[in-house]
Amino acid sequence: MVGLEHYLTVAAALFVIGIFGIFLNRKNIIIILMSIELMLLSVNINLVAFSSFLNDLVGQVFTMFVLTVAAAEAAIGLAILVCFFRNRGTIDVEDVNVMKG
Amino acid sequence: MGIADITFYAFAVTLLGAGFLVTIARNPVHSVLWLILSFISAAGMFVLLGAEFIAMLLIIVYVGAVAVLFLFVVMMLDIDFAALRGEMARYFPIASIVGIVLLMQMALLFGSWQEAEAARELRQAPTPDLAEMHNTKALGMIIYDQYFLLFQVAGLILLVAMIGAIVLTLRHRKDVKRQDVVAQMHRDPAKAMELKDVKPGQGLG
Repeated sequence: MVGLEHYLTVAAALFVIGIFGIFLNRKNIIIILMSIELMLLSVNINLVAFSSFLNDLVGQVFTMFVLTVAAAEAAIGLAILVCFFRNRGTIDVEDVNVMKG
Repeated sequence: MGIADITFYAFAVTLLGAGFLVTIARNPVHSVLWLILSFISAAGMFVLLGAEFIAMLLIIVYVGAVAVLFLFVVMMLDIDFAALRGEMARYFPIASIVGIVLLMQMALLFGSWQEAEAARELRQAPTPDLAEMHNTKALGMIIYDQYFLLFQVAGLILLVAMIGAIVLTLRHRKDVKRQDVVAQMHRDPAKAMELKDVKPGQGLG
């Protein structure tokens, strides 16, 4: 019988894969954004799993809000990426030092 | 092992495999396609958990909008991905170390947590019986009632994101002829054209 732990394990593994992807593709910001999407997906799996096993719908409501924020983040992130590519001709994250931060 | 368990393991393996291939795929277009596969398998897991509405939302929002947005950006920008890939071997050890350490930290927590005894009483919105109300309706009853303000704020976030994305990517190119609607509307026929009565055999001279 598949229990809550199984879902939590999958979510944890997916989160780690997301972090692994961010560290592995340090230069390619598109893959970094995709890795962030994977991490948000793993959080959603956690929320829905707890919601299902506790019989509490609030977890699914929160999942929808996480989904909203993820969609907004992807849209803004890709817009910034397009803008940056137009100005610099590359998407190398290490070139993002115009503001000398 | 029942059919539900086998389905769960199939979805879980597909999800993790596709997620891993997102990070290591050579071609970013393949990465996006693996991302779509992982979203679809996550949606399958949500169906197994009884969250049908979230599963459909995942397909529509993530696969239909976000993944296609990624695909558009990857395909429309002329990026030299080979140059970006070259460094990947250099970052592989540190990425593996960080991943393994994080995984071990999570493994330490595995099995050590326990459900609080009062957890069942602390539920905010117990799921109604399936015979009484299906998932979508039950979610709607909560969102449009208890979480209405948050729902509106979510809409506002999307509006701000939409306006922000448009403002960031809009550009007025100088070398392109554009339609000026106001100038078009204010053209006066009397000034714009002239009628000449051409006599036969004489021309305009």
